[in-house]
Amino acid sequence: MTQLRLAGQPPATGTPLLEARNLTKHFDVHGAARRRSGRRALPQRRRPMAGAQGPSADSGPVVVHAVEDVSLALAEGQITAVVGESGSGKSTLARLLARLIKPTAGELLLGGRPVPPGRRDARGYARQVQMVLQDPFSSLNPVHDVRYHLSRPLRVHGLPTPGLSLDETIISLLERVALTPADQFIGKYPHELSGGQRQRVAIARALAVRPRVLLADEPVSMLDVSIRLGILNLLGDLRDTERLAILYITHDIASARYLADTIAVMYAGQIVEAGPAQAVTDDPAHPYTQLLLGAAPDPDRAEQAPGTSASRASRAGRRGTPPSLLAPPPGCRFHPRCPHAMAICAEAEPREFEVAGGHLSACWRHARDLDDAQAAPLLQLTPHRSAASTPLAPHHPHPTREET
Amino acid sequence: MTAGQAPAAPARATAWRPLLEVRGLCVDYGAGPDAVHAVAGADLTLHAGEVLGLAGESGSGKSTLAYAITRLLRAPGMITGGSVDYHPEPGRTVDLLAAGESGLRVLRWSQISVVMQSAMNALNPVLSIGSQLTDVLRAHQPALGKAGAQDRAAGLLAMVGISADRLGSHPHQLSGGMRQRVMIAMALALEPQIVIMDEPTTALDVVTQRDILEELMELRARLGFAVLFITHDLSLLIEIADSIAVMYAGRLVERADATALFRAPRHPYTLGLLRSFPALHGPRQHLTGIPGSPPDLRGLPAGCVFHPRCRYALDRCRTDAPALLPLAEDGGRLAACWLQHGAAAAPAELAVPAPGADLAAAPTVRTQP
Repeated sequence: MTQLRLAGQPPATGTPLLEARNLTKHFDVHGAARRRSGRRALPQRRRPMAGAQGPSADSGPVVVHAVEDVSLALAEGQITAVVGESGSGKSTLARLLARLIKPTAGELLLGGRPVPPGRRDARGYARQVQMVLQDPFSSLNPVHDVRYHLSRPLRVHGLPTPGLSLDETIISLLERVALTPADQFIGKYPHELSGGQRQRVAIARALAVRPRVLLADEPVSMLDVSIRLGILNLLGDLRDTERLAILYITHDIASARYLADTIAVMYAGQIVEAGPAQAVTDDPAHPYTQLLLGAAPDPDRAEQAPGTSASRASRAGRRGTPPSLLAPPPGCRFHPRCPHAMAICAEAEPREFEVAGGHLSACWRHARDLDDAQAAPLLQLTPHRSAASTPLAPHHPHPTREET
Repeated sequence: MTAGQAPAAPARATAWRPLLEVRGLCVDYGAGPDAVHAVAGADLTLHAGEVLGLAGESGSGKSTLAYAITRLLRAPGMITGGSVDYHPEPGRTVDLLAAGESGLRVLRWSQISVVMQSAMNALNPVLSIGSQLTDVLRAHQPALGKAGAQDRAAGLLAMVGISADRLGSHPHQLSGGMRQRVMIAMALALEPQIVIMDEPTTALDVVTQRDILEELMELRARLGFAVLFITHDLSLLIEIADSIAVMYAGRLVERADATALFRAPRHPYTLGLLRSFPALHGPRQHLTGIPGSPPDLRGLPAGCVFHPRCRYALDRCRTDAPALLPLAEDGGRLAACWLQHGAAAAPAELAVPAPGADLAAAPTVRTQP
């Protein structure tokens, strides 16, 4: 059970604004991927001659284990970063939190109260929880101007600001995202705006309903390097001045360290490590986090001698690719790539272990009560995986493939 | 003089001769008064065995520059000025801009090869990896024969860490990282002197990216080709490149040794870019990025193209465009900024002494016997 409660929440507020408990999302697989997975499973499951009934007749429904048993709490005035590679389930998690898709299991709590399943009171939920998407070039409608984009949520939710006309409300929204002079931007169309300005409009649109939770899915990955910081700083300001609870989803662990109060690292649909941002990045406990940090571009590393033992060690674990989410490995999902894998890692899923105050890692290395047999090094070859081990990688049915 | 550089850069102590010299290259998209000057007077020298990083944001002209060098530019792109000289061996010069199609056909891939950003689109989806690899070999080395080409293709795949039984695979059966590896293997098939890489790892995850870059650097050390590495990720370049050229709005604004550029930038744009990448270590600092956004190439500001976003801009920057000139200090550094070439002293942030001045001086040392 990977059940990580994110630490670092201000104790004063008590209940987090938005909490996910044991969220799980499995996507059904149809078509070619299903047939292929069935064929692959065939020789292991039964004798070759018996396979007349069709591949997946006895293997149960074929599902992609996109998000598995994830618990996460977003607190007021805090930025929580979810870091992971493409296919790790981080965007699926954001969609679950935005209630754009229905979870397979688990529940959401908004302000401490369970959110009813289904689409009941979707609008009321949207008034509290808003989402900012990755690509401001496609999330704004090219035939409508900024005024229209920002007036829609106000009209849909029937939220006129007392004492202000619609245009005045829109102008104050534009000023909140630092699009000034606002009266010049209000009549512009998306093609007249730069990428950074478009993303600011998208953020203003999310802020229009005065939400308390903002879910930002890779908000800067499509933007030019020089303007990314502006958007990240805007999110930081919204946290500080408006006490928003912000979920920042990213593949860039350096930006998560820069912006977030807490970081959760996802691997193959599970949270493997979580804790205060600097503790996670400066003192990573989980081997996957260590791998991720070792792979991130780091100018300071250029000045160290290349090919040192440390970089070789990190490279040993780097071989291989994330597992197929159709049939994740048993035990710890990282164990086939883990340089420290022990016998128990292939058998049992690790619990969360506290490595320091509020810093949790789902890794058996942090368990204190393992016996010798469990802690024996797992003898494994870490060959350079061929694509045969991940036949679905190119056209993965996973919905987060678009992020990169 | 050579003693000081021995431990840090053994590769650089070897013959550091210019391989590719670009002088005053101009590329326009379209013609007449509406032409967009995508590259304006680029000067660049790639030395043998060097990894030269070309950094810039989208629209800065870095890919256009690469296409112009390899003559792969398509209409409406047009080379309107400058020269590109390729020196296959000392004393021999090939003018790439004057070369005809048949001359280019001999040079391309055997001497200069390209790895495109999107391996997904660069590989033919209906042909197997093996047939695409052998195609290149059989076109340029017909004497190799069918079996020989197959063997060589298997060897190339093994070189980038893919087992030979993938020769029969089609691109869709490979992951993104493997496809990019195949592209690299293909680019190295004829052992070219120059490999141009246009954002080769941008579409990949960080772990895969690191894997491929390390492999690439090992291959470079073994085979000794020079790399022109184009990316928007300056922090990555600092790690892998020997020297770095920074582009902004079609102009080269700074060129320096990678470490010197990182520790002691001389152009405000470079400084701003460096301050746009949060660090992985140390105390968390508030970063500001660069105010404003990159200019539209159709309506560039007068004077220095960076001045509207530059916090150090002088009156002169608004009217006169600075040229990319050598700096007074040692180290073969170039910068296009009035702060460095004007009468007044540069601001403290842009005048940090370069680390290990004797090491940074390597580029000038190299040209001397």
